[in-house]
Amino acid sequence: MATQHSRSAARLMMAPAVILLLGWMLVPLIMTLWFSFRKYLPLRGGDQGWVGLENYARFISSSSFWPAVQTTLIIVGGVLIITVAFGIVLALLLDQPMWGQGVVRILVIAPFFVMPTVSALVWKNMFMDPVNGILAHLWKFFGAEPVQWLSQESLQSIVMIVSWQWLPFATLILLTAVQSLDSEQLEAAEMDGAPFLKRFWFIILPHLSRAITIVILIQTIFLLSIFAEIFVTTGGAFGTRTLTYLIFQRVLESQNVGLGSAGGVYAIILANIVALFLMRIVGKNLDT
Amino acid sequence: MGRIQLNQVQKKFGDVEVIPPLDLEINDGEFVVFVGPSGCGKSTLLRLIAGLEDTTAGHIEIDGDDATMLPPAKRGLAMVFQSYALYPHMSVRKNIAFPMRMAKIPQDEQDRRISSAAKALNLTDYLDRRPGQLSGGQRQRVAIGRAIVREPAAFLFDEPLSNLDAALRVGMRMEISELHKKLATTMVYVTHDQVEAMTMADKIVVLHAGVIEQVGSPLELYRNPRNLFVAGFIGSPKMNFVEGSEAAKHNAQTIGIRPEHIDVSTTEGAWQGTVGVAEHLGSDTFIHIHGIPGCDPMTVRASGDVMVNHGDTVYLTPHEEHIHKFDAQGLRIG
Amino acid sequence: MARAVTTQRKALNTAIAWAIGLLIFFPILWTILTSFKTEAQAIADPPVFLFFDWTLENYAVVQERSNYMRFLWNSVFIAGGSTILGIIIAVPAAWSMAFVPSKRTKDILLWMLSTKMLPAVGVLYPIYLIFIKLGILDSRLGLTVVLMLINLPIIVWMLYTYFKEIPGEILEAARMDGASLRNEILYVLTPMAIPGIASTLLLNFILAWNEAFWTLNLTAAQAAPLTAFIASYSSPEGLFFAKLSAASTMAIAPILILGWFSQKQLVRGLTFGAVK
Repeated sequence: MATQHSRSAARLMMAPAVILLLGWMLVPLIMTLWFSFRKYLPLRGGDQGWVGLENYARFISSSSFWPAVQTTLIIVGGVLIITVAFGIVLALLLDQPMWGQGVVRILVIAPFFVMPTVSALVWKNMFMDPVNGILAHLWKFFGAEPVQWLSQESLQSIVMIVSWQWLPFATLILLTAVQSLDSEQLEAAEMDGAPFLKRFWFIILPHLSRAITIVILIQTIFLLSIFAEIFVTTGGAFGTRTLTYLIFQRVLESQNVGLGSAGGVYAIILANIVALFLMRIVGKNLDT
Repeated sequence: MGRIQLNQVQKKFGDVEVIPPLDLEINDGEFVVFVGPSGCGKSTLLRLIAGLEDTTAGHIEIDGDDATMLPPAKRGLAMVFQSYALYPHMSVRKNIAFPMRMAKIPQDEQDRRISSAAKALNLTDYLDRRPGQLSGGQRQRVAIGRAIVREPAAFLFDEPLSNLDAALRVGMRMEISELHKKLATTMVYVTHDQVEAMTMADKIVVLHAGVIEQVGSPLELYRNPRNLFVAGFIGSPKMNFVEGSEAAKHNAQTIGIRPEHIDVSTTEGAWQGTVGVAEHLGSDTFIHIHGIPGCDPMTVRASGDVMVNHGDTVYLTPHEEHIHKFDAQGLRIG
Repeated sequence: MARAVTTQRKALNTAIAWAIGLLIFFPILWTILTSFKTEAQAIADPPVFLFFDWTLENYAVVQERSNYMRFLWNSVFIAGGSTILGIIIAVPAAWSMAFVPSKRTKDILLWMLSTKMLPAVGVLYPIYLIFIKLGILDSRLGLTVVLMLINLPIIVWMLYTYFKEIPGEILEAARMDGASLRNEILYVLTPMAIPGIASTLLLNFILAWNEAFWTLNLTAAQAAPLTAFIASYSSPEGLFFAKLSAASTMAIAPILILGWFSQKQLVRGLTFGAVK
């Protein structure tokens, strides 16, 4: 439904966005690929030539690789489980009739708008500090020994901080989905005498399945690359070095660009696998 | 001036040919109606003239100049859309002023044209409202006002009355006709409603599957339909078609008789049948009669005083001079 | 759900929901409260909640010591600049996709989104290198461009979904009324899409404001925005709870307020329209 004029105008007007994003994607990607096949140490001799797949092999066989993968999976998995589970509960709760619904909603959503460095810092010092943190006070109040959160329970602590940040996102999206649930369907089930658990399992959960999938996919993409939370709290120490952080350290801290780039290629492949699933869902939605 | 000429204009969407190559001439000052069932390509044809769609082949001339490649803004035509397409964020005044603003017409001239259009269309009291605050009929008038002030070479109307209720539609029909008499500007009007076509047009173009079936004045089309399609489409209630032996008596494959050209009698006539449904409109009564060979049911238009009941036996006699004869291809003979 | 519920049930809902809401909000509330305490009160044992001597001293100290205003200005410049730049580039692109769709429109949209999925760390060094070569490392301009690029897909996407809701006939009417493409976008499309454009602006401003990978890695002293300003407090010598809280409050307050306005659009923007 358009003319030659508008079609050529459309191409012209789409060009800046397309060209910019193409450049943004291709140029660094090709450079990363290029570096990943070279021994490149900017501070110790610079580019020392082609080394084939050596960087890839070294990155995988290094003693920090598998722990980093494990850490990444624990953080991503832990945060996903916590945010989705609590997100569903909160969404159902917020959908109930109550006084001050708008205010509660705002309270629940607030953490999403806190910049990651602030939330990491606040949690690290004011809550998880083993002497002066609120949690230490709370433990002492119940007569328990305060926990050395970020050194002894480091991974759990990070999962907790990140979950706090992402719970609002999961809740908000699931709440949107809950609200689109046809209430007549629920009422019919109630009339049929289905108890709450059955209604939840057979009607609510299937209705939410799409939203849950989307929450999982989008969060996974963001969680795979969390950075500031670790940068500010542990700096990658105490077993909190994720894949992203490991690559960051290889590239900027030890200035081994070749090795870091090989790691980067792994990260890109990993993210693309997740992205593929997300694209499928979004793409399907585009048709309607 | 507003003479529009289509030469071998063709439109394809992908591989689908919506409009096979066609020729059409619209004279200056004429009120032309494109009529046909939905999906017949009439709106597409209008959009081709407007420049909202490209022609696949052929040429469109406006006042003798080739406009085929001109963008809509440069064709000097004004269009009234089915959904009115008013700018919701502008007041009525701004809506009407918009085309003049685009044409950089001086402010005082704009004001003059707005107030005269508003007066003509009964919009003076609504100039500062938003379209959202107006009724359907008022919105329609704003859309027309926006078209008038441009002083276009021709007006294009795309089913402008289909979103109005029946009573309003009759009123707006008259207003548009009157506007045409007053402005004497070419108007091209698309509708699927043959009553609108009959009442408003100087010239009707009947379209079917992208093909022009017939072009002519309303009465020409009514009296001499070129084929079965036009015969069935123009006129209300629809023409009765009779096939078989009755048609053969007239040396035709099919004969057509309009409901108003049949006499009803309870005692004698050419054909015998039983009354089905009788629709009493007051002035007229439409009687649907079953049992006529080759045509079931046959619709007859009788005067309002005729009283028949369901199941009555009646006799029908067609007016011989008003029988339309068609051959096996559905074309008119004689 | 317009259903009758008993008052007791409603009261129970309210109590539970408020308790959970306050629990989730507590870290933010605590930070804000602590920012008004003296350092001694901030680490008092047991902690003091509301009954302390309120003071604004921390805010003055933070501003004096670390030049808060400069970081704030950098944040405003970078987040605002990248968002506005993004909108200017995205409006024509979204117009094309919404009103002149072709067979490839869907692919282009999905491809744009896929660039958003590229892990930043994978391209960290190339970008770092390019920035050094261009001399824009630690410059507001460089960071503005990067943040514009990472948010561009979301901006295009959000505008596209808003534009799709505007009937094409109105734009055709503008064309018939003699409007050029520029005027059609400027006088008809943009005013009609103002609510959508505003929420797109808002959400992307927030995302850019909170972005913490590129802002930490591509800035040093000159262009550092608030994310880096706060990160500088993580070193042990900066560890004063009250001042840390004051600095944090100043970094998040503007965006918290904006965020509350944009909560509805958040869902649409972040799920690319897949959840409505």
